[in-house]
Amino acid sequence: MNRRQAILTGLTSAGALLLSGCLKKAPPTYGNILRMGDDLTYLTQRSLLSQRALAMEYQKDDITSFPVTDIGDPADPASKNAYSKDYEQLQRNNFKDFTLTVEGCVAKPRKYSIDDLKKLGTRVQITRHTCEEGWSAIAEWTGVPLSAVLKDAGILPAARFVCLYGFDKYGESIDMLDAFHTQTILAHTMNGQEIPSRNGAPLRLRVETQLGYKNVKFLQRIVVTDKFTDPGPDIKSGWSWYTGI
Amino acid sequence: MIKSQSPKTEAISHKRWVKGAHFIITLSFLALMVSGYIILMSHPRLYWGKAGNDLTPALFELPISRNYHHNGWDKSIPFKNLNGRQVTAARTFEIFNENGWGRSTHFLAAWFLVITGIVYFVSGFFSGHFRYNLTPRRREFSLKLLWQDFTAHFHRQTHYTGKYGLVQKITYLLVIFFLFPVVILTGFTMSPAITASYPFLLKMFFGHQSARTIHFFAAVLLLLFLLVHVVMIIRSGFKRNLWAITFGK
Repeated sequence: MNRRQAILTGLTSAGALLLSGCLKKAPPTYGNILRMGDDLTYLTQRSLLSQRALAMEYQKDDITSFPVTDIGDPADPASKNAYSKDYEQLQRNNFKDFTLTVEGCVAKPRKYSIDDLKKLGTRVQITRHTCEEGWSAIAEWTGVPLSAVLKDAGILPAARFVCLYGFDKYGESIDMLDAFHTQTILAHTMNGQEIPSRNGAPLRLRVETQLGYKNVKFLQRIVVTDKFTDPGPDIKSGWSWYTGI
Repeated sequence: MIKSQSPKTEAISHKRWVKGAHFIITLSFLALMVSGYIILMSHPRLYWGKAGNDLTPALFELPISRNYHHNGWDKSIPFKNLNGRQVTAARTFEIFNENGWGRSTHFLAAWFLVITGIVYFVSGFFSGHFRYNLTPRRREFSLKLLWQDFTAHFHRQTHYTGKYGLVQKITYLLVIFFLFPVVILTGFTMSPAITASYPFLLKMFFGHQSARTIHFFAAVLLLLFLLVHVVMIIRSGFKRNLWAITFGK
Protein backbone atom coordinates (compact mmCIF):
# COMPACT_ATOMS: atom_id res chain seq x y z
CA MET A 1 0.00 0.00 0.00
CA ASN A 2 1.55 3.29 -1.02
CA ARG A 3 0.98 6.61 0.65
CA ARG A 4 -1.76 7.76 -1.69
CA GLN A 5 -3.72 4.57 -1.13
CA ALA A 6 -3.26 4.90 2.62
CA ILE A 7 -4.59 8.46 2.62
CA LEU A 8 -7.53 7.48 0.42
CA THR A 9 -8.39 4.53 2.65
CA GLY A 10 -8.19 6.75 5.70
CA LEU A 11 -10.41 9.39 4.17
CA THR A 12 -12.94 6.83 3.01
CA SER A 13 -13.27 5.20 6.40
CA ALA A 14 -13.47 8.58 8.13
CA GLY A 15 -16.24 9.53 5.71
CA ALA A 16 -18.06 6.26 6.31
CA LEU A 17 -17.86 6.81 10.08
CA LEU A 18 -19.18 10.34 9.73
CA LEU A 19 -21.97 9.17 7.48
CA SER A 20 -23.12 6.42 9.81
CA GLY A 21 -22.96 8.86 12.72
CA CYS A 22 -25.15 11.29 10.78
CA LEU A 23 -27.59 8.65 9.62
CA LYS A 24 -28.34 7.68 13.20
CA LYS A 25 -29.67 11.19 13.74
CA ALA A 26 -31.80 11.19 10.61
CA PRO A 27 -35.53 10.41 10.63
CA PRO A 28 -36.56 7.06 9.10
CA THR A 29 -37.21 7.00 5.36
CA TYR A 30 -39.06 3.65 5.08
CA GLY A 31 -37.05 3.14 1.90
CA ASN A 32 -38.72 6.08 0.14
CA ILE A 33 -36.27 7.97 -2.06
CA LEU A 34 -38.08 11.28 -1.50
CA ARG A 35 -37.68 10.89 2.26
CA MET A 36 -33.95 10.23 1.69
CA GLY A 37 -33.78 13.59 -0.07
CA ASP A 38 -35.59 15.19 2.89
CA ASP A 39 -33.01 13.68 5.24
CA LEU A 40 -30.15 14.94 3.09
CA THR A 41 -31.63 18.44 3.29
CA TYR A 42 -32.13 18.11 7.05
CA LEU A 43 -28.56 16.93 7.72
CA THR A 44 -27.03 19.47 5.35
CA GLN A 45 -28.98 22.38 6.81
CA ARG A 46 -28.11 21.23 10.32
CA SER A 47 -24.40 21.08 9.50
CA LEU A 48 -24.03 24.14 7.24
CA LEU A 49 -26.41 26.69 8.75
CA SER A 50 -26.19 28.54 12.02
CA GLN A 51 -28.62 26.89 14.42
CA ARG A 52 -28.99 30.01 16.53
CA ALA A 53 -29.61 32.54 13.76
CA LEU A 54 -32.97 34.27 14.14
CA ALA A 55 -35.55 34.27 11.39
CA MET A 56 -36.28 37.73 9.95
CA GLU A 57 -38.36 39.86 12.32
CA TYR A 58 -40.62 42.52 10.81
CA GLN A 59 -42.16 45.88 11.71
CA LYS A 60 -45.77 46.45 12.83
CA ASP A 61 -46.52 47.98 9.43
CA ASP A 62 -45.59 44.73 7.73
CA ILE A 63 -48.34 42.71 9.46
CA THR A 64 -50.70 41.15 6.90
CA SER A 65 -54.03 39.36 6.90
CA PHE A 66 -53.75 35.76 8.01
CA PRO A 67 -55.64 32.87 6.39
CA VAL A 68 -56.67 29.77 8.35
CA THR A 69 -56.01 26.64 6.31
CA ASP A 70 -56.04 23.72 8.73
CA ILE A 71 -57.64 20.31 8.99
CA GLY A 72 -60.77 21.66 10.72
CA ASP A 73 -62.22 23.46 13.71
CA PRO A 74 -61.86 21.27 16.85
CA ALA A 75 -64.87 23.05 18.41
CA ASP A 76 -67.17 22.17 15.52
CA PRO A 77 -68.71 18.65 15.49
CA ALA A 78 -69.13 19.03 11.73
CA SER A 79 -65.37 18.88 11.16
CA LYS A 80 -65.20 15.11 11.54
CA ASN A 81 -61.61 14.20 12.35
CA ALA A 82 -60.53 17.42 14.01
CA TYR A 83 -63.48 17.64 16.40
CA SER A 84 -62.77 17.27 20.12
CA LYS A 85 -65.51 17.31 22.73
CA ASP A 86 -63.02 18.39 25.41
CA TYR A 87 -61.95 21.32 23.29
CA GLU A 88 -65.54 22.38 22.63
CA GLN A 89 -66.20 22.45 26.39
CA LEU A 90 -63.01 24.38 27.11
CA GLN A 91 -63.90 26.95 24.47
CA ARG A 92 -67.41 27.38 25.88
CA ASN A 93 -65.77 28.41 29.17
CA ASN A 94 -63.35 30.74 27.36
CA PHE A 95 -60.45 28.34 28.10
CA LYS A 96 -60.48 29.09 31.87
CA ASP A 97 -59.90 25.40 32.64
CA PHE A 98 -57.29 24.88 29.93
CA THR A 99 -54.05 23.17 30.88
CA LEU A 100 -51.07 22.06 28.84
CA THR A 101 -49.63 18.68 29.77
CA VAL A 102 -45.83 18.31 29.62
CA GLU A 103 -44.55 14.77 30.02
CA GLY A 104 -42.02 12.21 28.78
CA CYS A 105 -38.29 12.69 29.34
CA VAL A 106 -38.76 15.37 32.01
CA ALA A 107 -38.04 15.20 35.74
CA LYS A 108 -41.32 16.87 36.73
CA PRO A 109 -44.17 16.04 34.36
CA ARG A 110 -47.08 18.35 35.06
CA LYS A 111 -49.95 20.43 33.72
CA TYR A 112 -49.58 24.17 33.12
CA SER A 113 -52.38 26.71 33.02
CA ILE A 114 -51.96 29.74 30.76
CA ASP A 115 -51.10 31.80 33.88
CA ASP A 116 -48.44 29.25 34.93
CA LEU A 117 -46.91 29.53 31.47
CA LYS A 118 -46.98 33.35 31.45
CA LYS A 119 -44.89 33.31 34.65
CA LEU A 120 -42.09 31.46 32.84
CA GLY A 121 -41.28 34.33 30.49
CA THR A 122 -42.47 36.30 27.51
CA ARG A 123 -41.21 36.86 24.02
CA VAL A 124 -42.84 39.10 21.41
CA GLN A 125 -41.93 38.62 17.75
CA ILE A 126 -43.28 39.81 14.41
CA THR A 127 -42.49 36.95 12.08
CA ARG A 128 -43.46 35.42 8.77
CA HIS A 129 -45.54 32.27 8.53
CA THR A 130 -44.49 30.40 5.39
CA CYS A 131 -46.97 27.85 4.12
CA GLU A 132 -45.93 24.87 2.00
CA GLU A 133 -48.74 25.85 -0.38
CA GLY A 134 -46.80 28.96 -1.37
CA TRP A 135 -48.41 31.81 0.55
CA SER A 136 -47.02 33.67 3.53
CA ALA A 137 -48.40 35.94 6.25
CA ILE A 138 -46.84 38.20 8.87
CA ALA A 139 -48.17 38.50 12.42
CA GLU A 140 -47.06 39.51 15.88
CA TRP A 141 -46.90 36.63 18.32
CA THR A 142 -46.52 36.80 22.10
CA GLY A 143 -45.77 33.70 24.06
CA VAL A 144 -43.53 31.78 26.39
CA PRO A 145 -40.30 30.34 25.00
CA LEU A 146 -40.59 26.56 24.66
CA SER A 147 -37.08 26.32 26.14
CA ALA A 148 -38.34 27.93 29.38
CA VAL A 149 -41.18 25.39 29.66
CA LEU A 150 -38.84 22.46 28.98
CA LYS A 151 -36.33 23.71 31.54
CA ASP A 152 -39.08 24.26 34.12
CA ALA A 153 -40.28 20.69 33.63
CA GLY A 154 -36.70 19.50 34.16
CA ILE A 155 -35.80 18.16 30.75
CA LEU A 156 -33.55 15.10 31.03
CA PRO A 157 -30.22 14.65 29.20
CA ALA A 158 -31.69 11.72 27.24
CA ALA A 159 -34.20 14.01 25.52
CA ARG A 160 -33.86 14.12 21.72
CA PHE A 161 -37.21 15.25 20.29
CA VAL A 162 -40.20 17.29 21.42
CA CYS A 163 -43.61 16.08 20.22
CA LEU A 164 -46.51 18.52 20.27
CA TYR A 165 -50.12 17.41 20.03
CA GLY A 166 -53.16 19.57 19.34
CA PHE A 167 -56.81 19.06 20.30
CA ASP A 168 -57.54 18.68 16.58
CA LYS A 169 -55.53 15.40 16.73
CA TYR A 170 -52.79 17.01 14.67
CA GLY A 171 -49.24 16.52 15.85
CA GLU A 172 -45.67 17.37 14.96
CA SER A 173 -42.24 16.81 16.44
CA ILE A 174 -39.11 18.97 16.36
CA ASP A 175 -35.53 18.29 17.34
CA MET A 176 -33.78 19.92 20.30
CA LEU A 177 -32.10 22.57 18.15
CA ASP A 178 -35.47 23.93 17.06
CA ALA A 179 -37.08 23.30 20.47
CA PHE A 180 -34.43 25.49 22.14
CA HIS A 181 -34.30 28.09 19.35
CA THR A 182 -34.88 31.59 20.73
CA GLN A 183 -37.91 32.19 18.51
CA THR A 184 -39.61 28.88 19.23
CA ILE A 185 -42.47 29.91 21.50
CA LEU A 186 -45.84 28.71 22.72
CA ALA A 187 -47.93 31.68 21.64
CA HIS A 188 -51.04 32.77 23.53
CA THR A 189 -51.40 36.21 21.91
CA MET A 190 -51.63 37.16 18.25
CA ASN A 191 -51.47 40.75 17.03
CA GLY A 192 -52.04 42.00 20.60
CA GLN A 193 -55.18 39.98 21.34
CA GLU A 194 -55.94 36.46 22.52
CA ILE A 195 -55.37 34.14 19.58
CA PRO A 196 -58.61 34.03 17.54
CA SER A 197 -60.18 30.59 17.88
CA ARG A 198 -59.37 29.30 14.39
CA ASN A 199 -55.77 30.57 14.57
CA GLY A 200 -55.04 28.05 17.31
CA ALA A 201 -56.62 29.24 20.59
CA PRO A 202 -55.67 29.21 23.35
CA LEU A 203 -52.07 28.16 22.72
CA ARG A 204 -50.09 27.28 19.61
CA LEU A 205 -46.53 26.53 18.65
CA ARG A 206 -44.45 29.03 16.66
CA VAL A 207 -41.30 27.51 15.14
CA GLU A 208 -40.01 30.22 12.85
CA THR A 209 -37.21 28.27 11.16
CA GLN A 210 -39.62 25.78 9.62
CA LEU A 211 -42.70 25.85 7.40
CA GLY A 212 -46.22 26.61 8.56
CA TYR A 213 -47.41 23.06 9.07
CA LYS A 214 -44.97 22.45 11.92
CA ASN A 215 -46.75 25.16 13.97
CA VAL A 216 -49.24 22.96 15.85
CA LYS A 217 -52.44 24.78 16.85
CA PHE A 218 -54.81 24.19 19.80
CA LEU A 219 -51.97 22.71 21.88
CA GLN A 220 -52.99 20.04 24.35
CA ARG A 221 -49.93 17.99 25.19
CA ILE A 222 -46.14 18.04 24.88
CA VAL A 223 -44.22 14.78 25.08
CA VAL A 224 -40.43 14.83 25.24
CA THR A 225 -38.95 11.64 23.78
CA ASP A 226 -35.52 10.04 23.66
CA LYS A 227 -36.09 8.61 20.19
CA PHE A 228 -37.56 9.80 16.94
CA THR A 229 -41.35 10.01 16.96
CA ASP A 230 -43.49 11.28 14.12
CA PRO A 231 -46.80 12.20 15.73
CA GLY A 232 -48.47 13.49 12.54
CA PRO A 233 -47.31 11.23 11.04
CA ASP A 234 -45.70 13.33 8.32
CA ILE A 235 -43.40 10.69 6.91
CA LYS A 236 -45.93 7.89 6.55
CA SER A 237 -48.49 10.19 4.97
CA GLY A 238 -45.95 11.30 2.35
CA TRP A 239 -44.76 14.63 3.75
CA SER A 240 -41.35 15.81 4.81
CA TRP A 241 -40.83 15.76 8.57
CA TYR A 242 -38.17 18.49 8.43
CA THR A 243 -39.38 21.65 6.75
CA GLY A 244 -36.57 24.16 7.16
CA ILE A 245 -36.63 24.39 3.38
CA MET B 1 -27.19 22.19 -45.05
CA ILE B 2 -26.25 18.57 -45.51
CA LYS B 3 -28.30 16.30 -43.32
CA SER B 4 -27.20 12.80 -44.10
CA GLN B 5 -23.69 12.85 -42.75
CA SER B 6 -22.44 10.16 -40.46
CA PRO B 7 -22.97 11.49 -36.96
CA LYS B 8 -19.67 10.15 -35.66
CA THR B 9 -17.37 12.00 -38.02
CA GLU B 10 -19.02 15.38 -38.22
CA ALA B 11 -20.19 15.93 -34.67
CA ILE B 12 -18.91 18.64 -32.34
CA SER B 13 -16.70 17.06 -29.69
CA HIS B 14 -17.92 17.47 -26.13
CA LYS B 15 -15.79 16.56 -23.16
CA ARG B 16 -16.96 13.63 -21.10
CA TRP B 17 -17.82 15.75 -18.03
CA VAL B 18 -19.80 18.18 -20.21
CA LYS B 19 -21.86 15.27 -21.53
CA GLY B 20 -22.35 13.80 -18.05
CA ALA B 21 -23.35 17.13 -16.55
CA HIS B 22 -25.67 17.87 -19.47
CA PHE B 23 -27.43 14.53 -19.01
CA ILE B 24 -27.96 14.87 -15.23
CA ILE B 25 -28.97 18.52 -15.47
CA THR B 26 -31.46 17.77 -18.24
CA LEU B 27 -33.15 15.06 -16.16
CA SER B 28 -33.22 17.10 -12.96
CA PHE B 29 -34.43 20.16 -14.87
CA LEU B 30 -37.38 18.19 -16.27
CA ALA B 31 -38.20 16.85 -12.78
CA LEU B 32 -37.97 20.40 -11.40
CA MET B 33 -40.32 21.72 -14.10
CA VAL B 34 -42.96 19.06 -13.46
CA SER B 35 -42.78 19.29 -9.65
CA GLY B 36 -42.56 23.09 -9.78
CA TYR B 37 -45.76 23.17 -11.78
CA ILE B 38 -47.45 20.84 -9.27
CA ILE B 39 -46.33 23.13 -6.42
CA LEU B 40 -47.58 26.24 -8.24
CA MET B 41 -50.96 24.56 -8.80
CA SER B 42 -51.63 24.45 -5.06
CA HIS B 43 -51.31 28.25 -4.87
CA PRO B 44 -51.45 29.74 -8.37
CA ARG B 45 -51.25 33.32 -7.11
CA LEU B 46 -48.09 35.45 -7.26
CA TYR B 47 -47.28 38.55 -5.24
CA TRP B 48 -44.68 41.24 -4.79
CA GLY B 49 -43.21 42.02 -1.37
CA LYS B 50 -42.48 40.41 1.97
CA ALA B 51 -45.61 38.30 2.31
CA GLY B 52 -48.82 37.54 0.42
CA ASN B 53 -51.81 35.23 0.67
CA ASP B 54 -55.42 34.75 -0.43
CA LEU B 55 -56.53 37.60 1.85
CA THR B 56 -54.06 40.11 0.35
CA PRO B 57 -53.97 41.48 -3.22
CA ALA B 58 -52.11 39.41 -5.82
CA LEU B 59 -49.84 40.56 -8.63
CA PHE B 60 -51.59 38.06 -10.89
CA GLU B 61 -53.26 34.69 -10.71
CA LEU B 62 -52.82 31.72 -13.04
CA PRO B 63 -55.81 29.61 -14.08
CA ILE B 64 -53.99 26.31 -13.60
CA SER B 65 -55.94 24.35 -11.01
CA ARG B 66 -59.28 24.24 -9.24
CA ASN B 67 -57.69 26.53 -6.64
CA TYR B 68 -57.88 29.40 -9.13
CA HIS B 69 -60.37 32.01 -7.80
CA HIS B 70 -62.01 29.41 -5.59
CA ASN B 71 -63.47 32.00 -3.17
CA GLY B 72 -64.13 29.36 -0.54
CA TRP B 73 -63.63 31.51 2.54
CA ASP B 74 -65.55 31.99 5.78
CA LYS B 75 -66.41 35.51 6.84
CA SER B 76 -63.46 37.76 7.67
CA ILE B 77 -62.73 38.64 11.28
CA PRO B 78 -60.66 41.82 11.81
CA PHE B 79 -57.75 41.93 14.26
CA LYS B 80 -59.12 44.50 16.69
CA ASN B 81 -55.78 45.71 18.07
CA LEU B 82 -54.23 46.56 14.71
CA ASN B 83 -54.55 49.92 13.03
CA GLY B 84 -54.77 48.51 9.53
CA ARG B 85 -57.47 46.43 7.89
CA GLN B 86 -55.86 43.05 8.47
CA VAL B 87 -58.27 40.18 8.92
CA THR B 88 -58.28 36.45 9.44
CA ALA B 89 -60.62 34.04 7.67
CA ALA B 90 -60.88 30.27 7.48
CA ARG B 91 -60.82 28.41 4.19
CA THR B 92 -63.88 26.29 3.45
CA PHE B 93 -62.70 24.93 0.09
CA GLU B 94 -60.74 21.72 -0.21
CA ILE B 95 -57.83 22.77 -2.40
CA PHE B 96 -55.76 20.78 -4.86
CA ASN B 97 -52.53 20.03 -3.01
CA GLU B 98 -49.97 17.41 -4.05
CA ASN B 99 -47.05 19.14 -2.37
CA GLY B 100 -46.14 16.15 -0.20
CA TRP B 101 -44.38 14.46 -3.11
CA GLY B 102 -44.25 17.64 -5.20
CA ARG B 103 -42.01 19.56 -2.86
CA SER B 104 -39.77 16.62 -1.94
CA THR B 105 -39.33 15.72 -5.63
CA HIS B 106 -38.48 19.36 -6.33
CA PHE B 107 -35.79 19.43 -3.66
CA LEU B 108 -34.37 16.03 -4.52
CA ALA B 109 -34.03 17.07 -8.16
CA ALA B 110 -32.57 20.40 -7.00
CA TRP B 111 -29.90 18.47 -5.08
CA PHE B 112 -28.85 16.69 -8.29
CA LEU B 113 -28.90 19.95 -10.22
CA VAL B 114 -26.92 21.94 -7.66
CA ILE B 115 -24.25 19.29 -7.07
CA THR B 116 -23.81 18.66 -10.80
CA GLY B 117 -23.90 22.41 -11.37
CA ILE B 118 -21.03 22.93 -8.93
CA VAL B 119 -18.95 20.23 -10.64
CA TYR B 120 -19.77 21.80 -14.02
CA PHE B 121 -18.84 25.30 -12.81
CA VAL B 122 -15.51 24.25 -11.35
CA SER B 123 -14.60 22.09 -14.35
CA GLY B 124 -15.77 24.79 -16.75
CA PHE B 125 -13.42 27.33 -15.25
CA PHE B 126 -10.39 25.11 -14.85
CA SER B 127 -10.62 23.24 -18.14
CA GLY B 128 -10.99 26.44 -20.13
CA HIS B 129 -14.40 25.30 -21.42
CA PHE B 130 -16.01 28.63 -20.53
CA ARG B 131 -13.08 30.64 -21.89
CA TYR B 132 -12.53 28.82 -25.19
CA ASN B 133 -15.95 27.46 -26.11
CA LEU B 134 -18.44 29.90 -24.61
CA THR B 135 -16.78 33.33 -24.40
CA PRO B 136 -17.21 35.28 -27.67
CA ARG B 137 -13.92 36.01 -29.51
CA ARG B 138 -12.78 39.60 -29.63
CA ARG B 139 -13.64 39.89 -33.34
CA GLU B 140 -17.21 38.79 -32.48
CA PHE B 141 -17.84 41.94 -30.39
CA SER B 142 -19.98 43.63 -32.99
CA LEU B 143 -23.67 44.48 -32.94
CA LYS B 144 -23.81 43.90 -36.67
CA LEU B 145 -22.53 40.34 -36.33
CA LEU B 146 -24.89 39.77 -33.43
CA TRP B 147 -27.86 40.97 -35.51
CA GLN B 148 -26.80 38.90 -38.51
CA ASP B 149 -26.45 35.76 -36.42
CA PHE B 150 -29.75 36.45 -34.68
CA THR B 151 -31.74 36.96 -37.90
CA ALA B 152 -30.04 33.97 -39.54
CA HIS B 153 -31.79 31.79 -36.95
CA PHE B 154 -35.12 32.71 -38.54
CA HIS B 155 -34.00 32.05 -42.10
CA ARG B 156 -32.70 28.49 -41.86
CA GLN B 157 -29.27 29.88 -42.68
CA THR B 158 -27.51 28.43 -39.66
CA HIS B 159 -24.82 26.13 -40.86
CA TYR B 160 -23.06 23.56 -38.81
CA THR B 161 -19.46 24.54 -38.13
CA GLY B 162 -18.67 22.35 -35.14
CA LYS B 163 -18.32 25.51 -33.05
CA TYR B 164 -20.86 27.59 -31.15
CA GLY B 165 -22.33 30.65 -32.88
CA LEU B 166 -22.37 34.13 -31.34
CA VAL B 167 -26.04 34.16 -30.24
CA GLN B 168 -25.63 30.61 -29.04
CA LYS B 169 -22.64 31.54 -26.88
CA ILE B 170 -24.40 34.55 -25.35
CA THR B 171 -27.53 32.51 -24.64
CA TYR B 172 -25.56 29.71 -22.96
CA LEU B 173 -23.63 32.23 -20.86
CA LEU B 174 -26.87 33.93 -19.75
CA VAL B 175 -28.41 30.59 -18.82
CA ILE B 176 -25.34 29.36 -16.93
CA PHE B 177 -24.26 32.58 -15.20
CA PHE B 178 -27.55 34.40 -14.76
CA LEU B 179 -30.75 32.32 -14.98
CA PHE B 180 -29.55 29.26 -13.06
CA PRO B 181 -27.96 31.30 -10.23
CA VAL B 182 -31.11 33.44 -9.97
CA VAL B 183 -33.46 30.46 -9.91
CA ILE B 184 -31.33 28.69 -7.26
CA LEU B 185 -30.88 31.74 -5.04
CA THR B 186 -34.58 32.69 -5.18
CA GLY B 187 -35.30 29.06 -4.28
CA PHE B 188 -33.09 29.45 -1.20
CA THR B 189 -34.88 32.70 -0.36
CA MET B 190 -38.14 30.79 0.14
CA SER B 191 -36.57 28.58 2.82
CA PRO B 192 -37.17 29.73 6.42
CA ALA B 193 -34.00 28.05 7.76
CA ILE B 194 -31.65 29.32 5.02
CA THR B 195 -32.93 32.90 5.26
CA ALA B 196 -32.50 32.83 9.03
CA SER B 197 -28.77 32.25 8.46
CA TYR B 198 -28.55 34.43 5.34
CA PRO B 199 -31.07 37.26 5.71
CA PHE B 200 -29.39 39.23 2.90
CA LEU B 201 -31.26 36.94 0.48
CA LEU B 202 -34.58 38.41 1.58
CA LYS B 203 -33.24 41.92 1.00
CA MET B 204 -31.64 41.05 -2.33
CA PHE B 205 -34.90 39.71 -3.80
CA PHE B 206 -37.26 42.20 -2.08
CA GLY B 207 -38.89 39.69 0.27
CA HIS B 208 -40.24 36.15 0.37
CA GLN B 209 -43.08 36.58 -2.12
CA SER B 210 -40.99 38.67 -4.55
CA ALA B 211 -38.41 35.87 -4.52
CA ARG B 212 -41.18 33.39 -5.34
CA THR B 213 -42.34 35.56 -8.25
CA ILE B 214 -38.78 35.99 -9.58
CA HIS B 215 -38.29 32.22 -9.20
CA PHE B 216 -41.38 31.72 -11.37
CA PHE B 217 -40.23 34.11 -14.12
CA ALA B 218 -36.70 32.69 -14.13
CA ALA B 219 -38.22 29.21 -14.52
CA VAL B 220 -40.41 30.44 -17.40
CA LEU B 221 -37.32 31.86 -19.14
CA LEU B 222 -35.45 28.60 -18.61
CA LEU B 223 -38.36 26.70 -20.09
CA LEU B 224 -38.38 29.09 -23.05
CA PHE B 225 -34.66 28.47 -23.46
CA LEU B 226 -35.29 24.72 -23.42
CA LEU B 227 -37.89 25.02 -26.19
CA VAL B 228 -35.69 27.17 -28.43
CA HIS B 229 -32.72 24.92 -27.65
CA VAL B 230 -34.66 21.83 -28.77
CA VAL B 231 -35.94 23.58 -31.92
CA MET B 232 -32.39 24.61 -32.83
CA ILE B 233 -31.09 21.09 -32.20
CA ILE B 234 -33.71 19.70 -34.55
CA ARG B 235 -33.04 22.31 -37.22
CA SER B 236 -29.28 21.93 -37.19
CA GLY B 237 -29.27 18.13 -37.34
CA PHE B 238 -31.12 16.34 -34.57
CA LYS B 239 -29.35 12.98 -34.88
CA ARG B 240 -25.87 14.40 -35.07
CA ASN B 241 -26.39 16.78 -32.12
CA LEU B 242 -28.00 14.16 -29.95
CA TRP B 243 -25.21 11.74 -30.75
CA ALA B 244 -22.62 14.38 -29.89
CA ILE B 245 -24.07 15.23 -26.48
CA THR B 246 -24.65 11.62 -25.38
CA PHE B 247 -22.03 9.23 -26.82
CA GLY B 248 -19.89 11.29 -29.16
CA LYS B 249 -16.22 11.85 -28.67
